[in-house]
Amino acid sequence: MTRAINPREAYGQTLVTLAEKDKRIVALDADLSKSTKGDLMEARFPERHIEMSIAEQNMVSVAVGLALGGKIPFVHSFAVFLSGRAYDQIRVGVALAKANVKLIGSSSGFSDYGDGATHQSVEDVAIMRSLPNMTVIVPADATETAKATEAIASYRGPVYLKLNRNDLPLVFPEEKEFIIGKVYQLRQGRHVTVFANGVMVSRALEAAEVLARRGIEVSVADVSTVKPLDTQAVVSLALQTGAVVTAEEHNIIGGLGSAVSEALRAEAGIRIEFVGVNDMFGQSALSYQDLLSHYHLTAEAVVQACDKVLAYSSRVVR
Amino acid sequence: MLDVAEEKHLRRKAAQLRRDIAEMLEPPKVGHLGGSSSSVEIVTVLYFYKMRHNPKEPQWAERDHFIMSKGHSALAQYAALAECGYFPRQDLRHNKELGFHLQGHPDMRKTVGIEANTGSLGQGLSVGLGLALSHKLDGQSNKVYVLVGDGELAEGQIWEAAMAAAAYKADNLVAIIDRNRLQATGPISERMDSGDIQSKWQAFGWEVMEVDGHDVKAIAYALDEADKVSERPVAIIANTIKGKGFPFAEGKAAFHNAALNAEQYQEALLLTEQMIEGD
Repeated sequence: MTRAINPREAYGQTLVTLAEKDKRIVALDADLSKSTKGDLMEARFPERHIEMSIAEQNMVSVAVGLALGGKIPFVHSFAVFLSGRAYDQIRVGVALAKANVKLIGSSSGFSDYGDGATHQSVEDVAIMRSLPNMTVIVPADATETAKATEAIASYRGPVYLKLNRNDLPLVFPEEKEFIIGKVYQLRQGRHVTVFANGVMVSRALEAAEVLARRGIEVSVADVSTVKPLDTQAVVSLALQTGAVVTAEEHNIIGGLGSAVSEALRAEAGIRIEFVGVNDMFGQSALSYQDLLSHYHLTAEAVVQACDKVLAYSSRVVR
Repeated sequence: MLDVAEEKHLRRKAAQLRRDIAEMLEPPKVGHLGGSSSSVEIVTVLYFYKMRHNPKEPQWAERDHFIMSKGHSALAQYAALAECGYFPRQDLRHNKELGFHLQGHPDMRKTVGIEANTGSLGQGLSVGLGLALSHKLDGQSNKVYVLVGDGELAEGQIWEAAMAAAAYKADNLVAIIDRNRLQATGPISERMDSGDIQSKWQAFGWEVMEVDGHDVKAIAYALDEADKVSERPVAIIANTIKGKGFPFAEGKAAFHNAALNAEQYQEALLLTEQMIEGD
């Protein structure tokens, strides 16, 4: 297993390792292989890396054809181009046809901070989650990214894997097996439950430390698989505290917050707060951290959201 | 080259397909008569002459593939699949019924013999290219045939695929363009002229042929010639008539997707029966 702390590096290395064992694995890029780390496949297996140039729609449909021919195509582009530019090709060719295509949405969220709104994705999870037959995974760090990459290679069917381009703190336990659809509780706590994924998992853990100093015990769950959502686990973790916060680097409409709310719709008396992008596009910034702070995707924002749900909750006497 | 008996056999098959298409449009059913009937001879020659395939083993690894990129012509493909024995001919009349396997546009997860989901236009050629590249990676000689509409050529993805197929020297890929010159709302030349499509395919690096798309002998000849082309994909421009075989619909955009009246339906059945017996 790789020790890289950069998720896309971990992804690229894992894909090459998998491709060494499984000849069916092929990779496709649309002139972004240096960013997506498809270049590692190209260096190791040039004949199994297919450069489709700047044509995402054709790339996705070609991947469908490769899957029909028995290959396991990993399709790389920025999350926003894959989910947006090639949406109908994904809808008809991948999702409706249940093609064994792995869609790797790279440089997702605000992680391509400099390039601005055109290159950032705040809506990809919502788009992908609304497609029948689609599995949607948002790993928290490099370790989970590598493990998820292995898992989706052996899973048969359409997958959207959302990747971050920047170094992230390691939070996913090295010894844990990654299973698609599993919710990972990374910290126990009886006062409030935080469901997070992607970059927000490490921030939720930071928030939990801050709150612990004030005597508030926070349960933190990594909901990397947004779909299919482990509804039972979400309900059970939510009921343990009765106070829920979701945290994601995505529009609060349609992403993890929505998925958790849907799961909890039948549970009475649970208060929920969302930490996410408040229905706005991104913009350019000189650093990833600046952008995350600007859109309140911070540990502090998670702390505030926890305080807010706790203020409504009768279960904590302060 | 087809001999006289083979040609007669294929013409009879084409007539049977037209009869099946007519039966699938029993009033008040609405369907894509125009594009389905312009594609009949092309589909006939592929399924009953050119392609290696086995209805008893639809997933046979050595089969050639057909992708109906102009998915609205599904009725022609359904008729061919039924006549080949992929599913019972009685199924045809149940097309589009709720819960039934024959969808308005081809669905590989529902219908045996369908190779790809199409109908959202512009995607089938790319899927065909992916299949062709997959066979090349495996060192196999399977061929991939994709039927594209001339109206469909307005989709940008077609030209993305055209550029990529030439770059990857996909000589196991054949695109057949059903040039019936009509799109849903009228003549292509009047709606938004697509210009000199022959030169366009040539400029994209394809070997281009042109045939009478209702002449089974000419189509068979072109498909055989396509086998001899190496290092580049082949585009066969098949000149056709939308609604071919149904005089009330020939050359009329209104029958792109329409219901027949009782009189037209009877005429369609009668004419197609005569065509079957006539050969």
